[in-house]
Amino acid sequence: MKYIDEFRDGKTARVIAAAIAAEARTDRRYHIMEFCGGHTHAISRYGLSDLLPENIRLIHGPGCPVCVLPVGRIDNAIDLALDRGVILATYGDCLRVPASNGLSLLKAKAGVGNMRADVRMVYSSADALKLARDNPERQVVFFAIGFETTTPPTAVVIVQAEKLGLANFTVFCNHVLTPSAIANILESPEVRLHGTVPLDAFIGPAHVSTVIGSRPYEHFAEEYGKPVVIAGFEPLDVMQAILMLVRQLNEGRAEVENEFSRAVTREGNVKAQQLVAEVFELRKSFEWRGLNEVPYSALRIKARYAAFDAERRFGVEYRSVADNKACECGAILRGLKRPRDCKLFGTVCTPENPMGSCMVSSEGACAAHYTYGRYKDAVTA
Amino acid sequence: MCLAIPVKVVKLLDGDQATVDVGGVRKEISLALVDGIAVGDYVILHVGYAIQRLDPEEAEKTLALFAELGESMGASPA
Ligand code: SF4
Repeated sequence: MKYIDEFRDGKTARVIAAAIAAEARTDRRYHIMEFCGGHTHAISRYGLSDLLPENIRLIHGPGCPVCVLPVGRIDNAIDLALDRGVILATYGDCLRVPASNGLSLLKAKAGVGNMRADVRMVYSSADALKLARDNPERQVVFFAIGFETTTPPTAVVIVQAEKLGLANFTVFCNHVLTPSAIANILESPEVRLHGTVPLDAFIGPAHVSTVIGSRPYEHFAEEYGKPVVIAGFEPLDVMQAILMLVRQLNEGRAEVENEFSRAVTREGNVKAQQLVAEVFELRKSFEWRGLNEVPYSALRIKARYAAFDAERRFGVEYRSVADNKACECGAILRGLKRPRDCKLFGTVCTPENPMGSCMVSSEGACAAHYTYGRYKDAVTA
Repeated sequence: MCLAIPVKVVKLLDGDQATVDVGGVRKEISLALVDGIAVGDYVILHVGYAIQRLDPEEAEKTLALFAELGESMGASPA
């Protein structure tokens, strides 16, 4: 397909790899964190780590929206569906995320005791709105999750629901903000102490940046002295971004560069940003899986649209729940550990039966590694 | 769920909707988040919405950069 195949060419990938090998200094190491689940997926799927010299290490960051959603929020969604009898509409990736008591939305849908939750998988927020229009006698809650890319579509349906005067549609808002998570990682004691997790540079998210633009990252380059290259989602984009980061690090620069200029501008999508600002406001604090409470890192629905806020309509109360002790998702999301460092990886925990959130979505570090990388481990182990 | 792809707009429909071509398959998407899209344009599609326009000139520039790199690597016997 156009604008996809050209950016997957294997020969060009090897050319860029050769350039990286030629330019990477042998007397130093390069620790590069990719923040976007799309990049994690591309890196595993195309085996990009294998094309890199040994002294360049890619670290997966918390860039998968399903992986960073804490257990307590999934519990809230299950409660809404089981106890309040609503139709809960959600993106497919949320269905298998483990919740408390061995539950997940999928298991709740299949039935717990004699209770069965009405959980519907939707592809888009528009499908959730349609469910509400088609079922006027039922309350429909859209379980909205995701970073800056999925937030504008949620804003669109809230505004539409108001225009249509829908009294049976609300949104359980769990939208989170990328820059706050990056800041949290940079501020974390492990990174500050520099030793446990050396982090030299970031590959900036592809799709998030199409919406928020490249400007928000300038702060990281200036304040923390970390180079950022925003990269497209195809393998050549990721390779090119690594080359650009190696150059910046070699030259002692820390700037924001944009490899994904075909879809990212400095300003981003202003229309989408305005719509988001109209409907949402910052939450003081929000719990992320693996990062604990992160100040000003998530959005909630403004009072002006309170009628469409599921948290207000159903009095949702959030309770923090500890992750399964053996699961290393928290450490993986902060770049401290790799999937194969987890005892459960590939044995107790598989994509069919995930114990932790990183094993759920194909963009999660554990699932990506399970699907594409573990045979290599077996060979090199 | 972060995965998104460039798709070509083949028809504009009422209510900010459009038909796009996804590798030969037709699909209806929303253009509510992007202005001034014409038939033949490429957009980045994510969860049913176009979230940004794709700039063909910039795409060509990036590809030209790869080609240049190829030449320079080929020229210098590594
Ligand atoms: S393998 Fe499973 S249990 Fe272990 S960190 Fe990954 S998701 Fe968690």
